[in-house]
Amino acid sequence: MDKKILIETRNVCLTLDGKKILDQVDIRLHQGEIVTLIGPNGAGKSTLVRVILGLIKPDSGEVRLTPKLRIGYMPQRLTIDPVLPLTVRRFLTLAQRCSESKLLEALTEVGAQRLLDSAMQTLSGGETQRVLLARAILRDPDLLILDEPVQGVDVTGQEELYRLISTIRKRHGCGILMISHDLHMVMSATDQVLCLNRHVCCSGHPDSVRVDPSYVALFGKMPVITPYSHQHDHSHDAHGDIVKDDHEGCKHG
Amino acid sequence: MDDFLLRALLAGLGVALVAGPLGAFVVWRKMAYFGDTLAHAALLGVALGFLLDFNTNLGVVVVCVLLALLLVAMQQKQKLANDTLLGILSHSTLSMGLIALAFMETLRVDLMSYLFGDILAVSNTDLYWIFGCAAVALTVLVLIWRPLLAITVHEELARVEGVPVTWVKLALMLLIAIVIAVAMKVVGILLITSLLIIPAATARTFARNPEQMAVLAALIGCIAVSGGLFASLEWDLPAGPAIVVSAAALFFSAPWWLKLNRNKTKRNAE
Repeated sequence: MDKKILIETRNVCLTLDGKKILDQVDIRLHQGEIVTLIGPNGAGKSTLVRVILGLIKPDSGEVRLTPKLRIGYMPQRLTIDPVLPLTVRRFLTLAQRCSESKLLEALTEVGAQRLLDSAMQTLSGGETQRVLLARAILRDPDLLILDEPVQGVDVTGQEELYRLISTIRKRHGCGILMISHDLHMVMSATDQVLCLNRHVCCSGHPDSVRVDPSYVALFGKMPVITPYSHQHDHSHDAHGDIVKDDHEGCKHG
Repeated sequence: MDDFLLRALLAGLGVALVAGPLGAFVVWRKMAYFGDTLAHAALLGVALGFLLDFNTNLGVVVVCVLLALLLVAMQQKQKLANDTLLGILSHSTLSMGLIALAFMETLRVDLMSYLFGDILAVSNTDLYWIFGCAAVALTVLVLIWRPLLAITVHEELARVEGVPVTWVKLALMLLIAIVIAVAMKVVGILLITSLLIIPAATARTFARNPEQMAVLAALIGCIAVSGGLFASLEWDLPAGPAIVVSAAALFFSAPWWLKLNRNKTKRNAE
């Protein structure tokens, strides 16, 4: 693969309050690639992302990012106090001024065009995630870093968000680094899964990680839950409206 | 109108104009106790100004900024909760200020005027200070408005997007220190925080976006100052507390105003 490397870390170590959080972590992400970090609570997933973003300095090791890399970041949680009156429009223009058409374009891309003048505090979990994604897209990023993008979203919403993220990758050609809670919810378009428990236990394609002994040791052999797949003749968008499937009528081999 | 009254009104309006928008940030960022702590430390600044023989306004700004820096340093080292740290710093600096002033018995200092303000004794020089500082503070606030709002909403996101978070936060602390220095004349160090938070909290009832809230807070502050001064003149009340009570009256009647207004628009619509 001779695609450009966007992120490369080598031997990243970090100790916080006398506790080893990251131990010799090596990861690599190429242009247009989706890498998903999984691991138990306290495994250092969010910390690793913070190190890559430059929010925390590692004790030792190297973090190399492509020069002039534009990063769109979606934080894990966004709670805005009701005392701050803030509409989606204003929230999206906090980072930079941008034209009305660009705002609408980004919101339409994430299926949240109707929310432009809603107060941020009135949004549901899924809507907030979409608006955060729109803010990340507005930066025209080379790399998206998403910290648990589907948390607080119901199962159908999760599927839809993953589909959206994969569309964004295709359209913008950006690399994506994301954190996911467990392997069952890793999106299918993931190129590489990194199982993190202070150090990288195992990595590879989702299917190979699932049977890796160190993955099994960490998570146990959980019964594989096969989600009930319902044959939709239509689907719903973020507002609950019926939309036609774009692959309607085509047969999957 | 008498000269001293005009000066008092101008001084109050000048302070209210800058305290309103800045107060919005104090409310959004939950810094009310922080403002209170800086205000309490201001007395130490006054004492140092007298002791070292330089401008007391400058003394207040210097002490407030040093305290803010000390607080940031302590937050990173200590395991104590923020409000505990603030409580320690707030009361120890106030006590140190009181002790320092007690040492200067040769110099007659009217302690009450520092604690509760003496707006009716505002001089022309004070007015220059107030309007000079207000103009500078408002200009800086407008310049850092967008990044400041961005870090208020989500600090890490703002940092990733390239906002120089530390500098913007320092600028905000400096602005609060400046406003405290000039507001001391009007309501005194014990009541300054009320001028920051009451008008902003009142403005929240009516505001639809952050900018509206800031402008409304300035306006409401001006009404509170005018009302307080009028009451003080009419019924011979202490001016500083009268201003704070008038601000509080606006705050508690705000929901009622909103309701009245809604009913009116409803009736007009029908």
